[in-house]
Amino acid sequence: MSVRRANTEPAWVRYTLLTLAFAFLALFLGVPLAAVFAEALRGGWEAYFGNLVDSESLHAVTLTLIVAAIAVPLNVAFGIAASWAIAKFEFRGKSLLITLIDLPFAVSPVIAGLIFVLMFGAQGYFGPWLFEHDVKIVFAVPGIILATLFVTFPFVAREMIPLMQAQGKDEEEAAVSLGASGLQMFWRVTLPNIKWGLLYGVILANARAMGEFGAVSVVSGHIRGETNTLPLHVEILYNEYNAIGAFASASVLALLALVTLVAKTLVEWRMRAETAMLTAELPPEKTN
Amino acid sequence: MSAKKNNVLPGFGLALGYTLVYLSVLVLIPLGGLVLKSTSLTFAQFWDIATTERALAAYRVTFGTSALAAVINAFFGLIVAWVLVRYDFFGKRLIDSFVDLPFALPTAVAGITLATLYSTNGWIGKHLEPLGLKVAYTPLGIVVALTFIGLPFVVRTLQPVIEDIEPEVEEAAATLGASRWQTFRRIIFPAIFPALLTGFALSFSRAVGEYGSVIFIAGNMPLISEITPLLIISKLEQYDYVGATALAVVMLGISFVLLLAINGLQWWAANRHNNRNTGGEQ
Repeated sequence: MSVRRANTEPAWVRYTLLTLAFAFLALFLGVPLAAVFAEALRGGWEAYFGNLVDSESLHAVTLTLIVAAIAVPLNVAFGIAASWAIAKFEFRGKSLLITLIDLPFAVSPVIAGLIFVLMFGAQGYFGPWLFEHDVKIVFAVPGIILATLFVTFPFVAREMIPLMQAQGKDEEEAAVSLGASGLQMFWRVTLPNIKWGLLYGVILANARAMGEFGAVSVVSGHIRGETNTLPLHVEILYNEYNAIGAFASASVLALLALVTLVAKTLVEWRMRAETAMLTAELPPEKTN
Repeated sequence: MSAKKNNVLPGFGLALGYTLVYLSVLVLIPLGGLVLKSTSLTFAQFWDIATTERALAAYRVTFGTSALAAVINAFFGLIVAWVLVRYDFFGKRLIDSFVDLPFALPTAVAGITLATLYSTNGWIGKHLEPLGLKVAYTPLGIVVALTFIGLPFVVRTLQPVIEDIEPEVEEAAATLGASRWQTFRRIIFPAIFPALLTGFALSFSRAVGEYGSVIFIAGNMPLISEITPLLIISKLEQYDYVGATALAVVMLGISFVLLLAINGLQWWAANRHNNRNTGGEQ
C-alpha cells in the first residue's frame, strides 16, 4: 500500500491537476466545438439547411471532394514508394531524404501557396509559356491541387516509414525466395501488414486535404462557384457578415473533423491490438 | 546500387526513383524557385525589404505570440499529458482522442469560431469585457488561436515518455525519503524535459507559419496585430512578388532552422532514452 502511494501525488494535488486539465481542454476544445454548431443553428434548422444546399455551397463541397480524391491517392502512392525504399533498403543520404519528406510540415501554408504562384503565375517562371498554350494553373483547380499535394505531402510516408522499418523484411524475402513476383509479394505480404498504418495516414491526409485553408487561399483567386473550396467558402460568407451561412459550412467541416477523430481512434485501437497480439505470440512460455 | 547487391527484394530503383522525382517536382523545385527569385535582389535590397518597420513589427508579433502560445501549451500540455497517463477517470479514452481536435478541425473553422467566441458579445468575450480584457482583434486573440493550434503537440510528445517512466525509480526515490515534489523535480522532470522541449518547439514552429486560424481573430492592424504570413499575402495581393518572396525566404530560413533544432532535440531525447534503458538493464 505504501509502495502504491509513493507513485502518486497527494489527493489535493491530483484533483487540482485534473481540474486544470479539464478546464483547459473545455475552454480551448469543448467550447469552440459546441460554438460551431450553436452558431450554425442560430437561425433554426430551415436556415441551416437552406444555407447548405445553396448552389455555391454545393459547388464548394464538390470541389473539396474532387481535390481530396486526387490528392489522397497520389499521397498514398508516394507514401508507399518512399517507405518501401527507406525501410527495406540501405542507401546514402537516407536521413537527409527523411528530413526533406518532413519539410512541408515546417513550411508555412502561405509559403506553400506562394511557391506555386511564383512557378505558374502570370509573373512566374512558366507563366508566359502557360499563357501561350492557354493552360491555367494558378487561380484555377490545378493550382489548388498542387498546393494541397504540398501541404499533405508527408502524411502517409511518415506513418509508413517507422511501421515498415519495425516489420523488417524477413516476410518479403521469404515470399521472393519462394518465387513470388514483385506484385504478388506486395499484394499478399506487404499490403496486409501495412494496411492499418496506411489507412491511418489516409485519414490524416484526407482531413488536411479537405480542410486546408492558407495554401489554397493563396493559389485559388477566390472565384465563387469556380475555385472555392469549402474552407474558402466559409471565409467568404464570414467576411460578408453571413454568420449563419459561414457556420453552416463550418459545421460540415467540423463534422468531418469529428468523423476523422473517431476513425483515427478506431484504427489506433486496431493497431495496438495487433501489436499486442504479435508480442503475445512471440514468447511461447509466457502464454502457456 | 550497393543496396541491390545484398538485398533480394525488388523495386528499389522504381520506389526511390519515384520518391525523388515526386519530391523534386512538388517540393524541392518550387522551394528552389522561391530562393532563386530572391536572388534577383541585391543583398542590400533584400535587407531593406526584410527589415522595414512593418516587417520587423510583423516578426515581433509572429514570434512573440507564437512563443507565448507555446509556453501556455507546454505548461497545460504537461498537466494534460500527466493526467491522461497517470490518473483514471470517467471518459478518459474519449478525452484522449479529443485532444487531436486541432489537427482535424480546418483552421478556417477554428478561426471564425474563436473570433466569434471572444468578440465583445461572444460567449467568452462578454465575460472578459467587464474585466477590461479585449481578446478578439488584439495580439491576445492571436495567442488564443495559436494556443488552440499547438495544443496537441506537447501532449502527444509527452504521453509516451511519461508512460515509459519506470515506477521503480519513483519508488526508490520515495523509499530514500524524497517528497513527491522532490521526486518530480529531481527524477521525473529531468526524464521528460527533452520531450517537453520538443513539444514546445513543434508547437512554436507550427504557430510561426499559421495563417487560417489567426487572420479572423487578429484584427490584422499593421504594426500591432499583423502576422508575417499575412504581410506576405498582402504584398502578393499588391502584385509585389519580390517583396513577398523576400519575406517568405526569411520565414523559410527560420522554419528550416527550427526543423533542424527539432530533429536535434528528438535525437537527444531518443539517445537519453536508450541510455537510460540499457543502464536500467545492467
